[in-house]
Amino acid sequence: MRDVAVVAFAQSRAVRAEEGANEVEILMPVVSAAIERSGVPRKEIGFTVSGSCDYLAGVPFAFVQGLDAVGAWPPIRESHVEMDGAWALYEAWVRLQHGDVDSALVYAFGKSSLGDLPQVLTLQLDPYCMAPLWPDSISIAALQARAWLEAGHDEREMAEVAARSRKAALANPMAQVAQDLTPEELLKQPYLVSPLRRHDCPPISDGAAAVVLAAGGLAREVSERPAWIRGIDHRIEPHGLGVRDLTHSPSTRLAGERAGVGRATVDVAELHAPFSFQEVILRQALGLGPDVEVNPSGGALAANVMMGAGLVRIGEAAGRVSDGGAGRAVAHATSGPCLQQNLVCVLEADQ
Amino acid sequence: MTEAGPDPNEPVRSIRAPVHLEYHFMPGRASSRFLRGVEQGRLLGQRCPQCAKVYVPPRGACAACGVPTDEEVEVADRGTVTTFCVVNVPFHGQKIKLPYVSATILLDGADIGLFHLLQEVDAEKVHMGMRVEAVWAPPEQRKPTLESILHFRPSGEPDADYETYKDHV
Repeated sequence: MRDVAVVAFAQSRAVRAEEGANEVEILMPVVSAAIERSGVPRKEIGFTVSGSCDYLAGVPFAFVQGLDAVGAWPPIRESHVEMDGAWALYEAWVRLQHGDVDSALVYAFGKSSLGDLPQVLTLQLDPYCMAPLWPDSISIAALQARAWLEAGHDEREMAEVAARSRKAALANPMAQVAQDLTPEELLKQPYLVSPLRRHDCPPISDGAAAVVLAAGGLAREVSERPAWIRGIDHRIEPHGLGVRDLTHSPSTRLAGERAGVGRATVDVAELHAPFSFQEVILRQALGLGPDVEVNPSGGALAANVMMGAGLVRIGEAAGRVSDGGAGRAVAHATSGPCLQQNLVCVLEADQ
Repeated sequence: MTEAGPDPNEPVRSIRAPVHLEYHFMPGRASSRFLRGVEQGRLLGQRCPQCAKVYVPPRGACAACGVPTDEEVEVADRGTVTTFCVVNVPFHGQKIKLPYVSATILLDGADIGLFHLLQEVDAEKVHMGMRVEAVWAPPEQRKPTLESILHFRPSGEPDADYETYKDHV
């Protein structure tokens, strides 16, 4: 395998509704910042790939407009996934394995404020038996939370995740929701959709993120401390919720094993858990003990740009490696209802 | 024997699953400036700081260079037909009498063609290089939409030299 590293990351500040600006106007400064930080000249980037979803804006081929932010002339090698940008990054990593190009720009954007997100997300369900009932995404997550509680957990675990995430977000200027409240205070809040309280759910966010990858010698040339991708894998579970064990995440476990999470000590993990209890499921699936720092950024409970929050996890984890804060980091991204699809990426500094 | 109902062995060939989602429209800062300009009878574009091309309508970005286009430029409400088509096919919701002409018009001062209707001229007389001008709706009827220009019509000027629009065909 060819060595590939994250050499730059940029993101917009997540906000509930970016008034005035369209997707391109949100994305452009983020793409420019990532390219500038990478030290790779824009016109020398070998591959460009993005993650977004046309259903968020309700506009067909909305992702094509996103290319306005890139400068795609003369024509560039470009691709798109209708998925979180973390999967776009996976495609870029595969593309760099070909060996003919040495750098890639990966970006993601989502402007969920244009529609009713919990309703829009209903369209990712099985179209025959489930979607026609229009269960919204929070209700679906509440079903999973109930199953998880009945399997021997309690609401305090959920409140602890939410309290820690929101407190951590106080140190993250890009976060949307940040506050210092104890689990006890959070447990006094009313239910939003039982057993979920508002703080158990992610905020709805508008925003964008971008990462630049570089291979081998180029990564060493442009970065003092590249965050090397030492393992990356993604797995998916069946579409039908009824055939899955919602209290565990076998796809995360398998992706984590394939990515080599357990091969050495993990210093920090950025887990894409849109709902509080899902973090506990993910920690267990990845075998992360209590000594692993989880979501110092505040995670998806503090900012959850749809189609971008998974890429942000990789960017945040890489940032911890590159700034010397961690020697080995794990990033995770999820997509679909109830942690249906999961990607795990292991990032390391040079030994 | 029960009465004949749906045959349980017959495959289901279709289901009805209506989808209805409502969205807000968010044109963005650049397009908002353009649409507010149209409401006032002005055509506002933006110039790329790198390649100097003027986009009308502006998109807030130069798609070729990938940089923000901050400089606002007002362009003329007249220009040159770079290409056109004659519509002869009726379709649902059609408001205009057939045949009619849709044209791409390179406004004076712009580098991107604007798509609009061409009227007050016989379809067979329309040609590339034809000079045309905007016919605006009365000020009190203008809204932030390109429909505030009712259509374009021949301006009576001599045809433009091909050299002036050859990069836009």
